[in-house]
Amino acid sequence: MSDLDVTILGEPLGSSLPADPGGEGKGEIHLVHLYPREMSIYGDLGNTRCLAARIRRHGYVPVVHQHHPGQPFPERVDLVVGGGGQDSGQVTVEDDLERIADRLRELADQGVPMLMICGMYQLFGNAFITVDGRRLPGLGILDVTTQGNAKRMIGPVVLSTDHGDVVGYENHSGSTTLGPGQAPFGRVRSGLGNNGSDGTEGAITGHVIGSYLHGPILPANPVLADTLVGWAAEHATGSPFVPETLDDSTAREAQQRQVRRLVG
Amino acid sequence: MLRTTTAVIAGKAARTAARIRGGGSGGSALPGLVAERVDPGFLAHALAGVRDGVVVVSGTNGKTTTTKMLVALLRAHGRTVFTNPTGSNFTRGVISAMLEELPLRGRLEADLAVLELDEAHALHFARAVAPSHALLLNVARDQLDRFAEIDHTARLLTELAGMTTTGVVLNRDDSYVNRIAAELADGVQVRWFGLDESIAARLGELQEQDVRAQDAYTPPPAGPLDGLLAPIDEQQLLVRWGEEHEGGVLGPVTLKQRGLAAMINATAATTTARMLLGDDFREDATLHALRTVAPPFGRGEVIDADGQPLELVLVKNPAGFTVALGTYGSTPVASMIAINDDYADGRDVSWLYDVDFTPLRAKGVALTSGVRGWDMALRLEYDDVEVGRTLTDLEEGLSTFLAEHRDEPKRVFCTYTAMLALRRMLGERYDVPEMGTDAPEAGQA
Ligand SMILES: [Zn+2]
Repeated sequence: MSDLDVTILGEPLGSSLPADPGGEGKGEIHLVHLYPREMSIYGDLGNTRCLAARIRRHGYVPVVHQHHPGQPFPERVDLVVGGGGQDSGQVTVEDDLERIADRLRELADQGVPMLMICGMYQLFGNAFITVDGRRLPGLGILDVTTQGNAKRMIGPVVLSTDHGDVVGYENHSGSTTLGPGQAPFGRVRSGLGNNGSDGTEGAITGHVIGSYLHGPILPANPVLADTLVGWAAEHATGSPFVPETLDDSTAREAQQRQVRRLVG
Repeated sequence: MLRTTTAVIAGKAARTAARIRGGGSGGSALPGLVAERVDPGFLAHALAGVRDGVVVVSGTNGKTTTTKMLVALLRAHGRTVFTNPTGSNFTRGVISAMLEELPLRGRLEADLAVLELDEAHALHFARAVAPSHALLLNVARDQLDRFAEIDHTARLLTELAGMTTTGVVLNRDDSYVNRIAAELADGVQVRWFGLDESIAARLGELQEQDVRAQDAYTPPPAGPLDGLLAPIDEQQLLVRWGEEHEGGVLGPVTLKQRGLAAMINATAATTTARMLLGDDFREDATLHALRTVAPPFGRGEVIDADGQPLELVLVKNPAGFTVALGTYGSTPVASMIAINDDYADGRDVSWLYDVDFTPLRAKGVALTSGVRGWDMALRLEYDDVEVGRTLTDLEEGLSTFLAEHRDEPKRVFCTYTAMLALRRMLGERYDVPEMGTDAPEAGQA
């Protein structure tokens, strides 16, 4: 644990430490939150808390790493999470992201699940074109391009995805377009999504998901959370995910109430 | 002049209409909107009769409490003060408030105007009327769907300070606020408020779990006219003037509100009052005002519910909720949390994940309510806080909570529109002061 680490609310002390010998349960799952100080201003650390808690509830042991600019990137990685930040935060992390770009691409190719929200979703794309026409290159893990916009897209969102209904809240000024073969993460049933015109939201390639949805996205959408946990468990243990049955009734109420309010 | 009179009449008519429809509680912005449309110079004209200064109070948290304290301090010194009623911190809310008090020729008679303004609206206001003084409290993440970014909020306050003509009072412990001192117009005086060195370690309690840089940091030096808070307990404090107490010590004084946040607000208000009053600043009047000023509605206000205290605590952003939990966490009581997501609440509830709810673990939360009551329950699950039940309908939630916890002290944490609704419902059952009666007319000493 680095002294740069931020507190992940609710997480027990020592959750950055590996399991005690013999206490690995169904296996250790190493989770990395990218740039928690700069890029998780909209409650996105809640996604990491949600994943760590669910990994535990499914009988595995989460090891929660935080990656900060200039720090060595963790050796073992089974799951990567990133969030949204202020413009100043985005500028701070750009150089570091370039430094670890090859490693992230390699992990994505190996099937390590990644969830990138808002600003980090944009940085995982091909490029961000600023309002005055400058092209800032991204990682290119997702085939999307974002155009800076004067107008912000703000409001509650409901999606249909391969992982069921997904609810959340978007707040972004960039307008994102998918490349020709790029699959969207979801179809917008309420809200604006990638660009407010083509009905798509986010992007998914292999196990890498990009989305604009805060909320944070995972707690109220546990099917999605468990999809990521399942992929991570498979990567970590080399064998199929062995889930427990969890009581998600509260999450279901929260999610379905939003669906009913917004799409009837 | 004719135009202003028309604006006053039109605005008053709209205000009456809003009252009749029952939409006037808690600082309806509609009448202000009408007057602003009719006469854009309305504010400047109306405030031209204020003799000794127009003071703007802004920042993310504590505006309402601090404004109320500052007004009480000035009135205790015999000044007539115009202020906007609790919580109506948009420009239009200010105009709505003025309409109540304006004679038809549209000019306020008062020594001072003390106006609580939202960061964005403060600037809008300052473009119409340059404030003589500004008290800037803090910058924290607020409802990001409205304010977009902390950096943006900090810029708004910096610009506001730059338009202030005579003096500013700044929080020396908030790095977004204290750096504003470098951006002032020539000749504008600076006074500081902050924590005394003896409790510098408690600064964290006033700030949210934050992502701002933890750079090694020394606050700017404080002199004999700068107020530094030295708490004695959760409700009693001293204000030390200057780092070496070279300006003396005020107090001890016991506030009607609990917690470090209320005490730092009192310190900010006292420092500002001293700047405004100069040689007329009197210790006895100051202590009397601080001792007697009641918490604004919904900000730790205590209602007598069937012989048991019910505290109503407004929460609206991570820093505010965190401070509230810190203040009340030491005395767990039956708790209800009501979360709505209208515009005034913040439509995005993501911020609940930036609040540490573990102080509620000891006793759990009896009931969650409001439109996002289930999201609140889910958030508590992730902090391992037990939730008794969830009833999204506020009326049903409140009735159940009151019935099931009749014979014990209670506390309700609520977002803005939930607070307005709950307060109205409580008013139907118990003795609750009417909303907005916090701001007696200008012209009264
Ligand atoms: Zn965003």
